[in-house]
Amino acid sequence: MRDVESIFEEMRNAIPAGPVRIKEAVDKGKKIVGCYCAYTPYEVIRAAGAIPVTLCSTSDKPIAAGEEHLPRNLCPLIKSSYGFALTDTCPYFHFCSVVVGETTCDGKKKMYELLNRLRPTHVMQLPQTYADPASLALWKTEIERLARRLESELDVTVAESDLKREIAKRNEERRVLGDFYALSTLNPAPLSGLELNIVNEFFKVSFGDEKSLELIRELTSRLRENYKEGERRVAPKKRVIVTGCPTGKSLEKVFNAIEENGGTIVAFENCGGIKPNYELVDETLPPYDALAAKYLGIPCSCMSPNNKRLDLLEKLVADYYADGVVDVILQACHTYNVETFLVRERVKVPYIAVETDYYQGDAEQLATRMGAFIEMMN
Amino acid sequence: MYTIGADIGSVAVKVVLLEDGEWRDGIIVPTGWNPKDSGSEAISAILNQNDLTRAHIARVVSTGYGRNSIECDERITEITCHAKGAKIIFERGGVRFVLDIGGQDSKAISLDEKWNVSDFLMNDKCAAGTGRFLQNMAVMLECELKDFSALPNDIEPHAISSMCTVFAESEIVGLLAQGVDKQALMLGILDSVASRAEGMLRRVGFNSGRSARGVAFTGGASRSINLAELLERRLGVPLLTSEMSQYAGALGAAEIAFREVLSRTRGAG
Ligand code: SF4
Ligand code: SF4
Repeated sequence: MRDVESIFEEMRNAIPAGPVRIKEAVDKGKKIVGCYCAYTPYEVIRAAGAIPVTLCSTSDKPIAAGEEHLPRNLCPLIKSSYGFALTDTCPYFHFCSVVVGETTCDGKKKMYELLNRLRPTHVMQLPQTYADPASLALWKTEIERLARRLESELDVTVAESDLKREIAKRNEERRVLGDFYALSTLNPAPLSGLELNIVNEFFKVSFGDEKSLELIRELTSRLRENYKEGERRVAPKKRVIVTGCPTGKSLEKVFNAIEENGGTIVAFENCGGIKPNYELVDETLPPYDALAAKYLGIPCSCMSPNNKRLDLLEKLVADYYADGVVDVILQACHTYNVETFLVRERVKVPYIAVETDYYQGDAEQLATRMGAFIEMMN
Repeated sequence: MYTIGADIGSVAVKVVLLEDGEWRDGIIVPTGWNPKDSGSEAISAILNQNDLTRAHIARVVSTGYGRNSIECDERITEITCHAKGAKIIFERGGVRFVLDIGGQDSKAISLDEKWNVSDFLMNDKCAAGTGRFLQNMAVMLECELKDFSALPNDIEPHAISSMCTVFAESEIVGLLAQGVDKQALMLGILDSVASRAEGMLRRVGFNSGRSARGVAFTGGASRSINLAELLERRLGVPLLTSEMSQYAGALGAAEIAFREVLSRTRGAG
């Protein structure tokens, strides 16, 4: 069995190698479907025989290009996504035949209208509340409509049996991630937040491949065994849960500011972490109903009300013995920004919301903010 | 036993020397281009001036934006140090909030009964609401910063609607052209800073009804009497200011150093 360091090394190397693997898949005749958001039901795309990939959206580089068509005071995630597509600098976008988007926040759904001029973009009409039956029915129809669109775009048929198979597979992926995340409920934490983040990024480029999943399983059991034997990779520090807008490369500055100033990140509630993965698809229900229920239940701030996020955070704070919560807000993300008020009220541990964007210029200020926040817990 | 607190700010370096936890000396020098050199020089200067050497000092704590640039025993953020410093300076004031408006940034801190930071907000991204905004406006109006502290208090501030420095400049050009009184405009500029500060204080929990609601006003801008008056008008409570408030961060750092040495010697003994 490999040791922890070499597993991390392998994961780190796999992340930049993602595009090459996608190119090879395309060369072998595979179709690629580009996705941005956690609401995209990967199971449907996989049942259509294609590979769903997360498109690039977390670098500041293409923002200037994106701003040629988009207003400046828009969330950096949206500008970056569009800028990547416009400049053809996202290899995943380059290879994808269709993009799937959802009517999540205003900026995104309007951006998709422009994106459609660069690549066929199928936009799913996402209802904005999870509890009500009419919304659920609409969302089910939308998932079926996605299946029909993929059938015609990719010239395939999406059978129920394919869906069931892919649901089971994706559930297993979520379970593997869940087991891995649960490691950090141990106190002191068995790994750092930066290492957690490596696994999250690695998972994005696993493309449903069993070998990658096995690597995460292996890492989990290795870390658990070592911990039992008394190994402590990270010194005991203040335990922080990160929540808010989706995480990504350009936000590592926030994670560094936390971990270099007395904190350890024990969980990422964000998309790219726990939020889209903590609930499974019910395998006993008919596939479209099950998918609709699972995906509409994702506690994103686009939902109103979004009590599930508050419940989830409350539970995570308890389960992970969190000392504090850091809410990362991307500039101009109104939904998460407004929600900070409710989150602060609910979490009952020291809480801070930081507004930032993808530029790296505020690293110093972030260090002061995070440092002071962690000093507050002493 | 001596301890030192060094607050390496973007504009000035402030160093405080404590002897057994009591004030012994303090100095302020401009930061200049090199926070590392000016920080170390300020520490040497205060040592010389008191016939001491580094070996006499039990512990040095640095704070401020340049806290990582000098050699010291511990680095603590200016938020925590400010709160500790305010405790000493305003001990008897029943202070629950600290508002600090400096040259480059502004911050609002709320304190619990034990003077620990319970919440804070910082504005360091944009000039509005900081000394930098006043500096820019002074240039525009062809006056000096100190003129913002010598305005008559019987004229109404002329409202400035733009918070952003860039927009405020063109707004002011327009208002001057319309013949609006310059002093009323200056008061208006100060009031826009006050309104920002009020917003920050309210967001960290200030409300005029709260029983313990003392607000300490620190930082370079606290020297403007007019600004303090406008803030008091908005907040509905008197502000506490002090000649010493510039030292709040350094004093807090020196105090934290002192407490640490104390607890260690106690622990060892
Ligand atoms: S935060 Fe919401 S909109 Fe953004 S990726 Fe997650 S689910 Fe989608
Ligand atoms: S971070 Fe906020 S504004 Fe940006 S895409 Fe996500 S929900 Fe929309």
